[in-house]
Amino acid sequence: MKPINSAKIEFLSRSANEGFARSSVACFAAQLDPTLEELGDIKTAVSEAVTNAIVHGYPDQLGRVLIKLRLFPENLLEITVQDWGVGIPDIQQARQPMYTTGGEERSGMGFTIMESFMDNIRVRSTPGRGTVVIMRKKISLRTRP
Amino acid sequence: MPATCQNEGRQLCWSLEGEIDHHRAQNISQALEREISLRLPQSLELDFSRVTFMDSSGIALVLRAHRLMSELGGSLTLKAVPRQAARVLRAAGLHRLIPMETR
Repeated sequence: MKPINSAKIEFLSRSANEGFARSSVACFAAQLDPTLEELGDIKTAVSEAVTNAIVHGYPDQLGRVLIKLRLFPENLLEITVQDWGVGIPDIQQARQPMYTTGGEERSGMGFTIMESFMDNIRVRSTPGRGTVVIMRKKISLRTRP
Repeated sequence: MPATCQNEGRQLCWSLEGEIDHHRAQNISQALEREISLRLPQSLELDFSRVTFMDSSGIALVLRAHRLMSELGGSLTLKAVPRQAARVLRAAGLHRLIPMETR
């Protein structure tokens, strides 16, 4: 399927970029005329994926984080968050609610939030090579007044 | 300062503001923890009325406040939680654990 529109955002894995990342994605998604709730869901899911890349992908170093945005027919938004960090040895375990390797600062709810706020999410990871999270959400078609 | 605070007797009201994410959570959490250990409140109210965004970092923050208040034998309530933050807290089931007033 060919996208109608696409964009890429790349940044260094500094936590200061978390706000930049979710706001940029929200700006791109705005062309779909989402509701405030849909926009909130997208920002939250992006925040979780980007935080995972920063905290878990690059625990001891700075690295690149890439967000790819693609817009498909029927208001389907695809968000890919990619890092080239340490990877996840056991994806199934990482997706369990409350599971975290991040200590008390983290809740272990990142993947659960992504799963419940987006329509579907796929995770691919290779230890030592990095992680890719692909999330999709269909934005409701609204009739404008 | 990531948060401001008022104190009436053994009641502590702590106002959160802006975007609560991983970037800011540690500072907010440490400041809140300092305030709790300084004042030893019987009840803590976290005021969300000036919060504009919150991700799962806020879940860890609220759970930490809940644990600290439990240790003190006190209570925690969440006030004026905006819709987006409420959805995040509900996804973690925290509304079943902590009284939450939404706005």
